[in-house]
Amino acid sequence: MSDHLFVGKSIPRTIEADKVTGKAVYIDDMKRPGMLYGKILYSKYAHATIKSIDTSKAKKLTGVRAILTGQDIPDVRVGFLRDQTVLKKDTVRQFRDEVAAVAAVTPEIAAEARDLIEVEYEELPAVFDPFEAMKEEAPLVHEVDARGRPVKNNILPLPWKFEAGDIEQGRKDSAYITTDNVSTTWVNQCCMGTSGCVAEFDNSNNLTLYNQTNVIFGHIGRITEYFSQIGLKGKKIRVVNAIVGGSFGTKLDTDIYEFISIQLALKTRKPVKILFDREEEFRALPPRQPAVFTIEQGCDKEGRLTFRKCEAILDNGAYTSWGATTPSVMIMPMSSLYRVPNVLYKATCVYTNNIYCQAMRGYGNPQATFAVETSMDTLAEKAGIDPAEFRMINRNRSGDETPMRLKITSCGFEECINSVKEKLNWDEKKGKQKGRGLGMASLIHVAGGARVTRSDGHGMMVKVDEYGHVDVIESGTDQGQGSPTVITQIVAESLGVRPEDVFLTFGDTALALWDAGTHASRHTFMAGNAAVRACAKAKHQILDMAVEHMPKIIKGGFKRKKRKDPDFVEPELDYGLIADPENLDIRDRMVFPKKDPDHPYFRIPVSQVLRQGLLGSGESKVVVAEAFYDPPTEMLDRELKGNLSKTYAFGTTGVEVEVDEQTGEVKILNLVAAHDVGKAMNPTLLLGQIYGAAYTGVGYGLTEEIKVVNGKVMNPGFRDYQMLTAMDVVPIEPVIVEPVDEDGPYGAKGVGEPGLVPTAPAIANAIYDAIGVRIRDLPITPEKVLAALKEKG
Amino acid sequence: MKKVSVSFTLNGDPVTAEVPVTWSLLKTLREYFELTGAKEGCGVGECGACTVIVDGDAVNACLYPVFEAEGKSVMTIEGIAGEDGTLHPIQTAFLENNGVQCGYCTSGMIMSAKALLDQNQGPMEDEIRTSIAGNFCRCTGYVQIVEAIEMAAREME
Repeated sequence: MSDHLFVGKSIPRTIEADKVTGKAVYIDDMKRPGMLYGKILYSKYAHATIKSIDTSKAKKLTGVRAILTGQDIPDVRVGFLRDQTVLKKDTVRQFRDEVAAVAAVTPEIAAEARDLIEVEYEELPAVFDPFEAMKEEAPLVHEVDARGRPVKNNILPLPWKFEAGDIEQGRKDSAYITTDNVSTTWVNQCCMGTSGCVAEFDNSNNLTLYNQTNVIFGHIGRITEYFSQIGLKGKKIRVVNAIVGGSFGTKLDTDIYEFISIQLALKTRKPVKILFDREEEFRALPPRQPAVFTIEQGCDKEGRLTFRKCEAILDNGAYTSWGATTPSVMIMPMSSLYRVPNVLYKATCVYTNNIYCQAMRGYGNPQATFAVETSMDTLAEKAGIDPAEFRMINRNRSGDETPMRLKITSCGFEECINSVKEKLNWDEKKGKQKGRGLGMASLIHVAGGARVTRSDGHGMMVKVDEYGHVDVIESGTDQGQGSPTVITQIVAESLGVRPEDVFLTFGDTALALWDAGTHASRHTFMAGNAAVRACAKAKHQILDMAVEHMPKIIKGGFKRKKRKDPDFVEPELDYGLIADPENLDIRDRMVFPKKDPDHPYFRIPVSQVLRQGLLGSGESKVVVAEAFYDPPTEMLDRELKGNLSKTYAFGTTGVEVEVDEQTGEVKILNLVAAHDVGKAMNPTLLLGQIYGAAYTGVGYGLTEEIKVVNGKVMNPGFRDYQMLTAMDVVPIEPVIVEPVDEDGPYGAKGVGEPGLVPTAPAIANAIYDAIGVRIRDLPITPEKVLAALKEKG
Repeated sequence: MKKVSVSFTLNGDPVTAEVPVTWSLLKTLREYFELTGAKEGCGVGECGACTVIVDGDAVNACLYPVFEAEGKSVMTIEGIAGEDGTLHPIQTAFLENNGVQCGYCTSGMIMSAKALLDQNQGPMEDEIRTSIAGNFCRCTGYVQIVEAIEMAAREME
């Protein structure tokens, strides 16, 4: 057993008390002196030419400070593939295209002015289906590429192709082969706090962007590039985060509204806030990337996987954000979930006139895992092997190197599968109940960073004052996951102070050291490792001070005692015990010799040492330390292979469902979520991650869908978008598996995304067990269940 | 725009607001009184992030016309802790039991829970769930929120 005081304990979120008292300042609550409010006018067509824009009526409205169209700002391309401009000048390619923007003294006036802008369009032929869009005769979404060269078709220049081993050999080695067509749809991240920012320039055109991003330095990179093209080259950009009202992938890219707020602020010389309303959040925020998969797998007579071949088509929408890069993450489960020697994976992203997509919790992994785990079940059935046993045969093991070259270190996969079997009473119940069924699915995910940029580092700074208070400059973002508490625990443990001595400052690029971003379930692992290292340095500085000052402090104490009590005799002490920093330690605010922690004279408060060392006469010093943790991992090479994370998370979700064959309704009776987390840093907070992710996964599996008809979002509100509420009771039983990871801070691995990943396929597999129909298209609505039952007859 | 003068009790204090007649209670709280704990998550009464208590009942402040508050007692998240800052047992329970993640829904969630616990000291789980049925949360899956409210109910007994 560890003797940690704080790590591994369910320390409450006291540090976040502002969130329960209404004091926490979200972007909604932020006001700057003279601040204006921006509103955006979107397109009325999925594809059209803009013939004219008349802003004259809007301009006359009292309180309007600026109106911008594509004619008013530099025609600079932005986005991952530089395939759009901030305001669209000639052509709109989707309903959410930004056509004009207004800044006014109140949001109401800005909205009124926006509605007074008159735009004349000429509609163009549009395409809304990626398969149609790939046909030769399909209308082109873009006539030219980012460099102005004409394009031939709607296929993105992103040839995602992964190959390992020999598929044909795999086929020959197979006793059983199955093929499945699987598809997933758009879902909204549904952050409770909507998108928004405040842009503010100083007199010299340096920008402060008040924001809620989880990649503060990524924003600087993208805006710097934009600045270099609009005459603001070399200007300083500072990103300062408000409290973030949920993220789930939405704060990863720099969105168009952010560039618009920058342009409005530049034009008006005032701070400009843009804050989405909920309808905008559904219409104009890029959702999760949908995908259509054809997956083929084989196994030998013993049930060992022989090959996996998968082709995916992704409806990219009209422009490119991170959605088009989700195939890079899909490669991970495609190549490395279960042992499979021969793999071929191809993904094609296709432009359409639909909404475009970005990241959402899991980043492509939930989509791909739905395909892989559907196929695992159909293949197990064909091979006549119990699906749990089939997964056990093919599970990843510690020491494996996968076809993608992922190096599997700690691995609790076997225990996860076994826990699910045991908790669900698998062997007793599987395949034996009418109308009820069991299903399972597993996951692999990065859990030790993800080297998607050249540096995957995380910088952290720690400063200790004369009272023993510790300021931690955190370069990450707290999106609600509990980092303030977990990092506090790590700092208190590593430095030898108490959690209430630790004060965190998050998300200010002027203070923070560089960080790749709080994404890919990386924060506890990366920031934790940086904290451990920064605290080790700071502790060393304090112990050096202790060696210098402790004898003085102790002898000073004796002198004072002697003044009070003339009979006091100074004890003979071996000061050699405290002469070397290596022989000292700090714990729970006290400095002491390691050899004799309870020494009657050499155990003193660390604040005494700090006061002497920081403020005493002579050579006073500061205690400040930084660490930059960048693990020895690899970026994917040209073949899309490489060990991009220091460690990987595994997990298995098992569900028992009841299906009403009259209504098609699916009820979840039990959901067991077993997760290999390395080490539970804070069990209560960890459970929160698992519960929340599982719930979102259930929504992904059963209810959630942005209904897009001819490019238009038809259900842009909570009433029609079926997110689960407190009335949708899902009994969740988490199982924590702790194969302590030697590279993780105190053994921890990432856990933010994993809980969502296997939930939907586990439900689909359980439905099959219950009623014998397999739904391969998410979400599994009652209508789809009934249709499948009808077809089955 | 035509203004209206509305007098009511806000977190125990008598107040008067002079605001445009079209303003909701939420806008008045946030803009006039600078009490920004209640949030506008949707503006159409679907998400509950704006929940406050009016005369003992949890209401969506975004849909509540401010003139309707005349003579009533309005309680917001800012008014439930003790004067010395001692947190209300529901606030403490949300921190202790991880009923808070991003925190955006939390003000409304706590006010719905308070409206329930003020009227029902020993609620069953389904009563707790019904009380927060109109308060959406994307982070928690509601599990630890329900547990926090149960914990607070025990504490308040």
